[in-house]
Amino acid sequence: METLFYLIPISLFLGGLGVAAFFWALRTRQFDDPEGDRWRILKDDWDDHPKP
Amino acid sequence: MGAAMPRPSACPACAAAPSAEQLAEVSAPKEAHLFLSLPTIHCAGCMSAVERALAATPGVHGARVNLTLKRVAVEAAPDLTAADLIPVLERIGYEAHELDPGVIAATATDKAGRDILMRIAVSGFAMMNVMLLSVAVWSGAADATRDMFHWISAAIALPAIAFAGQPFFRNAVSVLKHGRLNMDVPISLAITLAAGMSLYETAQHGQHAYFDAALSLTFFLLAGRYLDHRTRAVARSAAEELAALEVPRALRRAADGTEETVPIAQIAVGDTVLVKPGARVPVDGLIAEGQSEIDRSLLTGETLPAYAGPGMALSAGEVNLTGPLAVTVTAAGQDSSLHRMADLVAIAESSKNRYTSLADRAARIYAPGVHLLSLVAFLGWLWVSGGDVRLALNIAVAVLIITCPCALGLAVPAVTTAASGRLFKRGMLIKDGTALERLAEVDTVVFDKTGTLTLGRPDPINIGDHPRRELEIALALASASDHPLARALAEGARAAGIHPAALTEVHEVPGHGVEGRLGDQTVRFGRAAWVGAVPGAVTAAWLRVGQGRPIAFEFADHLRPGAQQAVAELRARGLAVRLISGDAQGPVADLAARLGITDWTAEALPQDKAAAVQALSDGGARVLMVGDGLNDTAALAAAHVSISPATALDAARVASDIVLLGTDLAPLGAAVTTARKATRRIHENFAISAGYNLIAVPIALMGLATPLAAALAMSASSITVSLNALRLR
Repeated sequence: METLFYLIPISLFLGGLGVAAFFWALRTRQFDDPEGDRWRILKDDWDDHPKP
Repeated sequence: MGAAMPRPSACPACAAAPSAEQLAEVSAPKEAHLFLSLPTIHCAGCMSAVERALAATPGVHGARVNLTLKRVAVEAAPDLTAADLIPVLERIGYEAHELDPGVIAATATDKAGRDILMRIAVSGFAMMNVMLLSVAVWSGAADATRDMFHWISAAIALPAIAFAGQPFFRNAVSVLKHGRLNMDVPISLAITLAAGMSLYETAQHGQHAYFDAALSLTFFLLAGRYLDHRTRAVARSAAEELAALEVPRALRRAADGTEETVPIAQIAVGDTVLVKPGARVPVDGLIAEGQSEIDRSLLTGETLPAYAGPGMALSAGEVNLTGPLAVTVTAAGQDSSLHRMADLVAIAESSKNRYTSLADRAARIYAPGVHLLSLVAFLGWLWVSGGDVRLALNIAVAVLIITCPCALGLAVPAVTTAASGRLFKRGMLIKDGTALERLAEVDTVVFDKTGTLTLGRPDPINIGDHPRRELEIALALASASDHPLARALAEGARAAGIHPAALTEVHEVPGHGVEGRLGDQTVRFGRAAWVGAVPGAVTAAWLRVGQGRPIAFEFADHLRPGAQQAVAELRARGLAVRLISGDAQGPVADLAARLGITDWTAEALPQDKAAAVQALSDGGARVLMVGDGLNDTAALAAAHVSISPATALDAARVASDIVLLGTDLAPLGAAVTTARKATRRIHENFAISAGYNLIAVPIALMGLATPLAAALAMSASSITVSLNALRLR
């Protein structure tokens, strides 16, 4: 029973981390072009060397 | 941040506007931000090709394609304009249009959408945690443990609901202030009552708490709201892109003779505006200098260019063809024909409001019904239990939660999102939420001719009838002009393997044609009256060699790609197809015959078109109007639903519900099918949610509903409805 006293806060904290990460992604506009991003991963433009 | 947000559904653009202004202030003036609309891009290859081509262009610092919105943002040196970049993209095979960065900036940041997403995230997070705790209660936690779980749930749920439910609360309050009811009222009531009741029960060591139900209600409804917003946001931003297609600028000649490009808003009556050949007349005015020919097809539907000389009146929207003109402005801004367009658009928009969407009709029956039902449950149980307010209230809340239109809130947006996404991929933009429902009901299609079924671009049709010698002379003369008929003839003749004859002293006579010398003979190619011929019914340019008999080169309008297919497919779907054009009898009859349309009208004035559409509607027909010109605007507004191509005038595009982004007309048939399917799915979804209520309501009324039952009913119906919407293929 006592385990609940720290497991519940831990689970809430971990979930909260997820929500915070989502907020961050949203604020940095990572959901502005879902269609394009889905294709961008397949591009081979900078496969052999990093973008200068 | 939530408190500062206006209602997301009412005016998302207002929310975005201030940030756009800030954006404009921050951006450094030394770099130009250009936006181009790319209606034909669709894949990773296109993105790479476009970005690579733009990056290789001198002066471009960076380019990034947004595939979702089908546009590219370019950062470039300040002297670079969109006109420099469009040919670059056209060379690699992509259609591109310039967009007005001022308008785009307002939609670039979708603040309202992000706001809803944040609320979804919060309510989803809270829902899952409370649900976990609830599982413990459902599986038999009792006494102190149950109370503790309920208290933890309350601690998570109450702040989450207070934050996430705000869009509903705000809408409900504003609607109630006006003494009306909408879907948000039962939603807000159910959420607040469920939360309040659960808090009270928790304090009283009660058995049932509905925190999870209140949260999942919020979560699912927000999801529906977001889908709805998303559809409209994509449509709105693209519609604004289109509004920005014609960047409104004019070339003004100042008193000292210098020329400058200024926005139309700065033009005043009495100014002199220069209109170059090939440019659109930006204002109403009188020709002060110059001779030319004027293409009025967008305004009247006439394909035959008209002569224009000093003293003649021009209207905004006409296209200057051959010679440069100086125009004295007689009306600008609010007084010009642009204002007439705005009037027509206002009429269009007010008439569109008559249609009540399926969702509204459902809500109108549903919202009072739900309230009545829970009131009945409350009073009934109060009477049965002999005055046990707590029991009666508990049951009334359970009824409210179970009947709450979770599935109903998802029923329409889930389907319209799927359908408009599908149509957007095919190059059709749904501007109005109810357009799909209306398109599904259509039984008659009325087409405009010039610019809609045709491209407004002439094709020579009788090249083969003329002797080679004449063709060589005509080609030599036609090559010297930029007039559309001359260009079309030159193209056609070259394709037929003709080589130009050797002429001397070839020069263009603006407004009339081209003249040259062949040996000692004067040769002329141009308007009938100028070469001394009698004009016929068909669009034609005339050639006269010396004093010989003038011969006619006839032209027909170039058919829009997919026109034939679109007409055939619409017919195959059981729709009557009509053609109403402002053009002359000859060309209209010819086109009708080419497309197999038997029901056609020519020489229709703009009011005739609107009257014809109105007459059809009065006769019980549901009319789909497809048109592009100013003369179509009234008809577009009068029709049940309307479509215009992206090349149409602003007014026509604003008046229509659906815009075709590409040049191809072929998707029309498929659009009708998709609309019909979508409406069927919406009806199915209503049936599904009604079915759930039919089972769940009696259980709730009998007082047998537990929080577990409520959670199950709600999730199951929402998921079924969403899955049904996804079946739309």
